[in-house]
Amino acid sequence: MAAGVAAWLPFARAAAIGWMPVANLPMPVAPTEKNKRQDELIILNVSGRRFQTWRNTLDRYPDTLLGSSEKEFFYNEETKEYFFDRDPDVFRSVLNFYRTGKLHYPRYECISSYDEELAFFGIVPEIIGDCCYEEYKDRKRENAERLMDDQEDNKDAKLPNMTFRETMWRAFENPHTSTMALVFYYVTGFFIAVSVITNVVETVPCGSAPNQKEVPCGERYTVAFFCMDTACVMIFTVEYLMRLFAAPSRYRFMRSVMSIIDVVAILPYYIGLVMTDNEDVSGAFVTLRVFRVFRIFKFSRHSQGLRILGYTLKSCASELGFLLFSLTMAIIIFATVMFYAEKGSSSSKFTSIPASFWYTIVTMTTLGYGDMVPKTIAGKIFGSICSLSGVLVIALPVPVIVSNFSRIYHQNQRADKRRAQKKARLARIRISKTGSSSAFLHSKRNGLFNEALELTNSTEDEQRLSKSTSLLESQHHHLLHCLEKTTNHEFVDEQYYQQSYLEAGLQNYPSRSPSLSSQDGVTGTCCTRRSKKHHTPLPNASAPAHMQPLTHTHTHPQGLQELSTIHIQPLSTSRSSLNMRVDEPAPLNCQSSQITTAIISIPTPPVTTPEGDAHLPAGPTHQNVVKVSAL
Amino acid sequence: VNNGGEKCIDPLQRAAILQIDLHNQSHPEVEDGELATVCYRPEGLDSLVQKTSFSKKELQVLYRGFKNECPSGIVNEETFKSIYSQFFPQGDSSMYAHFLFEAFDTHNNGSVSFEDFVISLSIILRGSITDKLNWAFNLYDLNKDGCITREEMTDIMNSIYDMMGKYTYPCMRDSAPKEHVDNFFQKMDRNNDGVVTIDEFLETCQKDENIMQSMHMFDNVI
Repeated sequence: MAAGVAAWLPFARAAAIGWMPVANLPMPVAPTEKNKRQDELIILNVSGRRFQTWRNTLDRYPDTLLGSSEKEFFYNEETKEYFFDRDPDVFRSVLNFYRTGKLHYPRYECISSYDEELAFFGIVPEIIGDCCYEEYKDRKRENAERLMDDQEDNKDAKLPNMTFRETMWRAFENPHTSTMALVFYYVTGFFIAVSVITNVVETVPCGSAPNQKEVPCGERYTVAFFCMDTACVMIFTVEYLMRLFAAPSRYRFMRSVMSIIDVVAILPYYIGLVMTDNEDVSGAFVTLRVFRVFRIFKFSRHSQGLRILGYTLKSCASELGFLLFSLTMAIIIFATVMFYAEKGSSSSKFTSIPASFWYTIVTMTTLGYGDMVPKTIAGKIFGSICSLSGVLVIALPVPVIVSNFSRIYHQNQRADKRRAQKKARLARIRISKTGSSSAFLHSKRNGLFNEALELTNSTEDEQRLSKSTSLLESQHHHLLHCLEKTTNHEFVDEQYYQQSYLEAGLQNYPSRSPSLSSQDGVTGTCCTRRSKKHHTPLPNASAPAHMQPLTHTHTHPQGLQELSTIHIQPLSTSRSSLNMRVDEPAPLNCQSSQITTAIISIPTPPVTTPEGDAHLPAGPTHQNVVKVSAL
Repeated sequence: VNNGGEKCIDPLQRAAILQIDLHNQSHPEVEDGELATVCYRPEGLDSLVQKTSFSKKELQVLYRGFKNECPSGIVNEETFKSIYSQFFPQGDSSMYAHFLFEAFDTHNNGSVSFEDFVISLSIILRGSITDKLNWAFNLYDLNKDGCITREEMTDIMNSIYDMMGKYTYPCMRDSAPKEHVDNFFQKMDRNNDGVVTIDEFLETCQKDENIMQSMHMFDNVI
């Protein structure tokens, strides 16, 4: 529930009058205000600047410093005000949060000072409003990155328990992790360079022996070049196989672009090995050697920039396609025109329209080789129009594409960021939604817990659990309780609902032997497997209080004879809750992280009595399902 | 056009609004010459104190909350629904909120001003039992013709059950609201003519202990 609508709770409760004549059951008693205080102004003195607000405003968020009794520590008796020795500028935002229910992040504030103030006042930064959240997160991330850069030396400590395969993969992907990786990185880089240079030098004409025409070096020093080639290919093959071995997902690795480049780079050599004998095919084999130039693309593993360029080209494919299409249109138009214009002149080079394509392209891109020139007047006129329009057609899309590049590039980065944030925000919204409903369920159970304890006369437990629920909370819960009474159905949380749904077809667990040693309040070994799952307090309240309808039973040697037990996981509500939540009193977490309670099940099935049989009859499952209901 | 409130439009605001309007073609509420943002001010505190049975302080608290959520001074149905839905996060309260809105909107002009709001609240919280029951009857009687038909009651009942949402114990069957409606008519419809009139309603409610007691539950809401 947002703070702003807390003031509408009286309206919502009044609107419940619509349920009254329809309800068949009596309504629960409304909570009364024990000490109905008149709303008073309180003064907050923050480093000399005085802020005033209603006390009720601050009480809207009881799990923050100002909303809880923690502020009493700062009360100054002489001046009758609360004094905080903190930054008054940031405090403005904090106080506005109480007033409007929205937390804003002022842009001029330093991010770490803001965070500190929020932490001091017990406010979770996640509730910053939509308008300021992105800015806040961006600044925070930048700050974190800056801090991380300083600590990068410590970061690359080798993680324990990494298999050899994982270590290898990590070494391949990030050469800075170990010296071996770095050596490997440089060695492969060196051999790629050597291989490329070899390919290039192979075709350079070396000095010729007398009485022989110039031959390229490749043919003169065939053996040397062949040895170089073999060495390089061997290195590349070994590298490829090692990467294939280390890859976490081999299939995905084989499909990736880099591995295809690797394969294409070394394949011609092997094909050449196989095919040296056959004369006819060797012609085709020569062309395969062209593919050796793809080895240069292997450099992209070594260069971040190349990778980014490739990616942006890929993402700009549609713009490039459009450019190509418009150019093609223009070329065809002008080539046709030029052909027909030059048809008349003799010895014209414009022999066909495709032949005119070359002229058009050269003219439009303002290259102007001069190997084809128009001779007729009409041809010259159209030729000049062609070159003028070429300037326009080329010059116009190019800046658009360039700006598209940068736009798409930045946009992609921001889109990923926003996607990650969106998930977190949806989770946050979900938490706040389930938070209020689970608070109701939780307080319902605790209400029953108190009643159950009353039956067993353990007063000290009762005192431990008497919560300081805010009046607002109890009124809201009363409202939901009335609705339950009207419709004769109960609110349950999603987990319980699904389990009871599933268990409608399942059988009971066989009942365990009663010889379980009971430690203080912790259930015996049969429950530990399940209990271990919920041992850590959950940061999000989406599955807070686990009503596990444990369908096995056991008796505790203690005085409580139980039919079935349920675990109540104490909610880690404290400062991580986003709504007005019920405060967990500290003693709840004293002994164990779980409390087992005796809950007496529905009174209607006569078999299940509080004096508990250790073995329940295998009746319909819903009888064994623990239902928390008012007795 | 309004019950005592005044339209307050700052001249600067007027110019700004017109400016915005020119650029914003798809603004549904704006017509030619009509301005988008108006704000209503309620009548003075004293006259409201006379019209309702709230004290001055109570009206102040109520107004503060009202103004906080609706700075323009009136509630439209969307805001109404969104406020109400925050109290019932598990289910869908929009239908019931719609019926409530109809009941609060006594002048049938699509918006609830602070006066309407506070007068209805006064009836519910401080009125006599007969007044309260009359208000509840008015809520159920969707077409305001003086009697509740089965269809109207079914709509109301469905809207109440919708607020429970999906995760309930026992599992919500589709026939649950219908059974409840049958139960209601069995109890209320004395002459079995298929409708419940105001007299039947008042008579039955006044005889029912539970209902009488629950009506008194609202005595200390404010």
